[in-house]
Amino acid sequence: MLDAEMEVAVRRVWDIAATVTDPEIPVLTIEDLGVLRRVDVCGTAVTVTLTPTYSGCPAMDTMSVDVRRALATAGYNDVTVTLALAPAWTTDWISEQGKIKLNEYGIAPPTGHSARGTAGPVSLLLSVKCPRCSSLNTRELSRFGSTSCKALHECRECLEPFDYFKVL
Amino acid sequence: MSTTTGTPPAAGDTTAATLTSDEHGNIELGKLTLAAEVIGQGTVAPPAVAEYALWLGDDALVLAQNLGWWISRAPELEEDIAIGNIALDLIGHARSFLSYAGSASGRTEDEMAYFRGEEEYRSAQLFEQANGDFAHTIARNFIAGCFQHALYERLQGSHDETLAAIAAKSIKEVDYHVDHATQWVLRLAGGTAKSRRRLIVGFADVWPYVDELFRDEPLNDELAGVAVRQSTLRPAFDTRVAAVFAEAELEVPVGFTATGGGRVGKHHETLGPLLAEMQVLARQFPGAAW
Repeated sequence: MLDAEMEVAVRRVWDIAATVTDPEIPVLTIEDLGVLRRVDVCGTAVTVTLTPTYSGCPAMDTMSVDVRRALATAGYNDVTVTLALAPAWTTDWISEQGKIKLNEYGIAPPTGHSARGTAGPVSLLLSVKCPRCSSLNTRELSRFGSTSCKALHECRECLEPFDYFKVL
Repeated sequence: MSTTTGTPPAAGDTTAATLTSDEHGNIELGKLTLAAEVIGQGTVAPPAVAEYALWLGDDALVLAQNLGWWISRAPELEEDIAIGNIALDLIGHARSFLSYAGSASGRTEDEMAYFRGEEEYRSAQLFEQANGDFAHTIARNFIAGCFQHALYERLQGSHDETLAAIAAKSIKEVDYHVDHATQWVLRLAGGTAKSRRRLIVGFADVWPYVDELFRDEPLNDELAGVAVRQSTLRPAFDTRVAAVFAEAELEVPVGFTATGGGRVGKHHETLGPLLAEMQVLARQFPGAAW
């Protein structure tokens, strides 16, 4: 097969895999999340490489199954989904579009960048903007929220609680 | 650590092509394959490395199992969630370490977790300590977190790429665990006379098991450059503990030192019942799924 044809074949698989969404946050695709890392096509065999967000995130199993199902529907039957740990996923990989979608969905996107490697563990927290009324007058209720990736905050202006996708 | 960006998977294979996420920089090929059904295709751990992976995987698994008990029993709903999430992270770390450990003998992560007996476990006894009251749990988690943080910080530089990858992934989560425990140490120490007294008792009860974490074993000599020599982690641990204890106006407990032995299969009396509960379903109904 020619290189150009191969590129098309790989792009086609990537685009199908990229339609799979996070089961917990259905507005985000695995591409938006930065979880879809790599696609390899070798003859009729397809390998899709994902990276886990949090080590214990149970959504990874669902995402793997969903990728397999989406590709099977499109006629790909020889599909392997692998998980790569390195380089470790970071919230910096969530696309700009993904951050906008998160906010519209009612989850405040991560503020700032992963501090790992630049400093020790700091408890310093940038102001988190309320996804409903955009006020910065918010506070953290709990650093651990409804899923591994989220913390629970509340807005002191509109008085609503909301999820915050915490920096990792 | 080798990285490839857009490199064809097999040299000379003209029918192979690759696409990588272009905006995210370097991509690591799947060094570690976690899915049980493809075990054997991933990286196989040399026997000594597998033994070391067992130490760290068992530490994480045993602590996760202990922490799971708190779900629905924590002092407030937010703590149910926090402790549950910490346990979930630890199970994730354990899965990675145990999958890798099992690769040396062709065993899956589930076989490693559910079908090894007490004497085959390699957890340090600190992780096996009973939950006790909430203050005990916080004291144990604080020590465990500070230890794991110091360890993973260094293990990221291991010559073994899989261990380095697991450490680099895990430390980001352990950051949050240490932070959680630290906040609670400060809150309980600076709270009421009762909360302070209980925290002091908690630390006194688990402190005898700190020493074992920093003891070197013969395996360390075999794995120079791959494993981290435990004794070299003590300064980082002591510095962090001293800073938090100073702020909380606590003193490092003095007392006896437990004999330990977890790394050679000698465990605290709490491990047997913990494993019995964790393993019963898998053993009674092999292959059970839901």
